[in-house]
Amino acid sequence: MAARGPGRVSVLLPTYNERDNLPLVVWLLVRTFNDSGIDFEIIIIDDGSPDGTQEVAQQLEKIYGSDKILLRPRARKLGLGTAYIHGMKYATGNFIVIMDADLSHHPKFIPEFIRKQKEGNFDIVSGTRYKGNGGVYGWDLKRKLISRGANFLTQVLLRPGASDLTGSFRLYRKEVLEKLIERCVSKGYVFQMEMIVRARQLGFTIGEVPISFVDRVYGESKLGGNEIVSFLKGLLTLFATT
Amino acid sequence: MTKLCQWLCGLALLGSAWAALALAPPGLQPPAPLRQALLPLPIYLLVAFGCYSLATVGYRVATFNDCEEAAAELQEHIKAARADLRRRGLRL
Repeated sequence: MAARGPGRVSVLLPTYNERDNLPLVVWLLVRTFNDSGIDFEIIIIDDGSPDGTQEVAQQLEKIYGSDKILLRPRARKLGLGTAYIHGMKYATGNFIVIMDADLSHHPKFIPEFIRKQKEGNFDIVSGTRYKGNGGVYGWDLKRKLISRGANFLTQVLLRPGASDLTGSFRLYRKEVLEKLIERCVSKGYVFQMEMIVRARQLGFTIGEVPISFVDRVYGESKLGGNEIVSFLKGLLTLFATT
Repeated sequence: MTKLCQWLCGLALLGSAWAALALAPPGLQPPAPLRQALLPLPIYLLVAFGCYSLATVGYRVATFNDCEEAAAELQEHIKAARADLRRRGLRL
């Protein structure tokens, strides 16, 4: 008897002004899932993008079918945590994949996430840029230094049991993601960190898969002093409260 | 117990052990060589940790993988995706 598949995988794609990238990432997702025979659905949560992202999403829904492409938009930019909560209400899969819609995360890693999940029966599988042959494209020395420095500080202070805490390319069991989102209060990078820290607190198991992160946005959006300060504030808050 | 608490407890434990030995009254002092090593120990450990941190972060930055092939592959996939989507009727 053939081994059972993982059941359905629901991909949550929060978008804001991703009119150019959205069709590409959806095309890659569809191809990856069809090639690997995994049942899937893609839930696009657009926060009222002014650049026409929703029109493109509607065209994709026509092309691939509304059972595969679920459009669940919101009126305005309301933040990542609430986007996940909103998207999960409509997810029918056993597993939820969260990822960026700007092509920095390549869908080809999702079958590897699933393989890893089966291997250790993990509650969460996290893509890591820092281990194995994981890595980054498009970062200069300064950016790499900040990234590794911040990660080192996080490891020392939080001892989280995962190598890449600020990464946002992950697979969660649906019930696990639901439980974690209820408890997480931070925003931005720190939100992703808090998810892992709380997961450990609750005794959930975390597996890791090396991924490549292709940053095509870094040139336009430098990592500013503000973001570094809010990261440190968030890190210290987690240090003091978890 | 929060991480902050763990750190404070650990530091309190080590700190009091150090203070008891290094700052003991004359009657209860450990032998001179031990005392000489003990007194600057906190500073030594701090400096050692600082060096370890710099070395570790430096090593990790130097060995940070540059995913050239991944970037090239992505470009190929983007081309293929655009062509196929156009065929399927996507108007950009």
